[in-house]
Amino acid sequence: MENSEKTMLKEFAPQIERTGIQGYAWIAFLLAVIGLGVYAFIQQVTKGHVVTGMRDNVVWGIYIVNFIFFMGVSYAGALISGTLHLFKTAWRKPIIRMAEFITVISLLIGPGYILLCIGRLDKLHYLVLHGRIQSPITWDVIAISTDIFGCFIFLYLAILRDIANMRDFEELQLPKWRKKLYKIMSLGYTGTEEQKKRLERATDIMATMVIAIAIIVYSVLAWIFSVTLQPGWHSTIFGPYFVIAAVYSGSAVLILAMWFFRKVYHLEQYITKKHFVSVGLIMLVLAAFFGYFTFSDYLTKWYGSEKNDELLIQLLFKEFYWPFIISNYIGVLLPLIVVGIAKFRTIPNITLTAVVVIVALWLNRYLIVVPTLQSPYLPIQDSRTEWSIYSSTWVEWSLTAAGIALFCLLFTLASKFIPIVSIAGNTQEAKPEDVLV
Amino acid sequence: MEEEQNNKKNSRRQFLKKGLLAGAVAAAGGGLLQAYSETPGSGEKVKVMTTNGEIMEVDKAMLKLPRVSIEESHQGIPGKKFVMVIDLAKCKNARKCVQACQRAHHLPKSQEFMKVYLLQDSEKTSPYWFPKPCFHCDNPLCVSVCPVGATFKRSDGIVLIDNNRCIGCKFCMTGCPYSTRVFAWKHYSEYDEDKEPYSPEASSPGKEGTVSKCDFCPDLIRVGKVPYCVSACPMGVIYFGDVDEDTVTNGTETFQFSELIRDRAGYRYLEVLGTRPCVYYLPPVERQFPVDRGFNDLDESVKNRYLNTPYAKKHKL
Repeated sequence: MENSEKTMLKEFAPQIERTGIQGYAWIAFLLAVIGLGVYAFIQQVTKGHVVTGMRDNVVWGIYIVNFIFFMGVSYAGALISGTLHLFKTAWRKPIIRMAEFITVISLLIGPGYILLCIGRLDKLHYLVLHGRIQSPITWDVIAISTDIFGCFIFLYLAILRDIANMRDFEELQLPKWRKKLYKIMSLGYTGTEEQKKRLERATDIMATMVIAIAIIVYSVLAWIFSVTLQPGWHSTIFGPYFVIAAVYSGSAVLILAMWFFRKVYHLEQYITKKHFVSVGLIMLVLAAFFGYFTFSDYLTKWYGSEKNDELLIQLLFKEFYWPFIISNYIGVLLPLIVVGIAKFRTIPNITLTAVVVIVALWLNRYLIVVPTLQSPYLPIQDSRTEWSIYSSTWVEWSLTAAGIALFCLLFTLASKFIPIVSIAGNTQEAKPEDVLV
Repeated sequence: MEEEQNNKKNSRRQFLKKGLLAGAVAAAGGGLLQAYSETPGSGEKVKVMTTNGEIMEVDKAMLKLPRVSIEESHQGIPGKKFVMVIDLAKCKNARKCVQACQRAHHLPKSQEFMKVYLLQDSEKTSPYWFPKPCFHCDNPLCVSVCPVGATFKRSDGIVLIDNNRCIGCKFCMTGCPYSTRVFAWKHYSEYDEDKEPYSPEASSPGKEGTVSKCDFCPDLIRVGKVPYCVSACPMGVIYFGDVDEDTVTNGTETFQFSELIRDRAGYRYLEVLGTRPCVYYLPPVERQFPVDRGFNDLDESVKNRYLNTPYAKKHKL
């Protein structure tokens, strides 16, 4: 271990050694929210899916929206950290670990939501036992499990050197089992030239793989919708559109995580305005792409509109007016203005924009899933409003909140296990000329 | 060759005979409906309620349809290719098809395998009642997208669901462009009425958390009868038959399928989607009833579902 790394580890030691009263309160709060989710889940299992707002027309509700959303967020690491790693961008160092954690944690939560949509969880193993390759769901099962596997390896390779650092840092005041865990997990890495070379090579390969797998996963997810004949879903642009929307949401979540950890762990020295502006600029470019794809999709639906496309667009501009404006206008224009104009580029402004983008993209997925199911080819003729208009119930909202809480909890625990800023190789501030801006 | 033709003729004659038999059963009151009460002791005769609401005594054995195993239900009935023709000129939304189907499949009120829509293609075109079963498409998207092979297409054209296999992902429900499939959002008490072992051919007893739909009643077809909706319809709106034998019957009338389609300009709904349905419609020309007749004698909840249609709004029904 280099001396500079040691100094840095010393600085991060309190974060790992101790959890303050605030920290415990935070964890207790998250556990309470998750507990509510567990209760809601028990309700759903015992009483049936009737406790949700889903019915025969809108068969998929906010569970699927959350699924798409979390899978999208997992892109923050996959594409952003993968790309930044491959291009050897110098400023990535302090934020890349957050991006990698975002990837793996949201990747663990996302698929959980699709399980909530499944009527017979007791037969889930049939997906493997009787799997049929014709079905896009089978593609999804293969793609997501490959993605989880690949992203775990990528994350592990990325934190390996720091695990070894933790093992070698004797001043660290931790229980014995934790020290032992570091020892086991470091796989005997001591930082010999040979090991360094191999690790670097493996990381390069995995960074490339993770980018490719992530594109496939998100396209497959989009195809679940676009292979059907439903108005609004049956679109060739959906694959790339979903990919762009995913990276876009990932960049916003990364900014939010940067802001949060900078505040809580006082990382002002490591995560500077430069980082916010750099990731902000990535977000800006993605906003432009996202706006372009959205525009293309709706323009073609509106211009030469078939009857059902017309009905769908009417619905979007009537019943879903505000969500539509927030997701497809504000969600596109705000980053262009705030990050695009130099004098607006402050840390609070960029963070606030990121929050708006996150909300906008969640709504964007809602607008993809729900209105289409509410305007099928055969008009819905039902006297029961809950069967024709989707309205999510407390069960669905509790489980949504539980997912977000679980995300925060796992992130918090991860930051207690290993410094949230990569220490190995991060011993000096990136030189200004390395930075994009 | 000659023998083959003879065989074909024979089987057509047989089908006609069976169709007529089914017609006779229908005339006698729809038959095969919900057991009303069992005569204690003997266990041989049971009282049944017919579609007309009359009660009659029949042999208990008549009520029980043989149920084939799940494995067998994957095989179509050999040499058959089933088709349905629905005559929109005759439908007045009497809803007997819906009720008979629900009773026979032990469905709760909220689950309809057969739905009747009030459609109007555009503002100036005429409204009409549109009974809609499963179309048993020859290019079924629901079958393609099923991840576990729970829904399958048989050699006789019927698309069935194996509820023991179904994991309830509902992908088939979004895959079907005709909103045909229904989901069991909870366990309905009606499912418990059926004490027989489950068979995909009977689509009963239903299972919570799985998808089901109209099955063309292969259990009835196997004993030479037509589906419940066909025999229950007082107007003879629905015809059922075999494409290869070129015959369809509503129980009382029998037609040559190709002639009927040719003479009455039969069509398939939303042909443009390329799903190739096995259900044909005869356009609502020279109607036997005004559309408004379909609003008579409806339950409030059923009537309400049509009140939002442009037609009902315009005529303040």
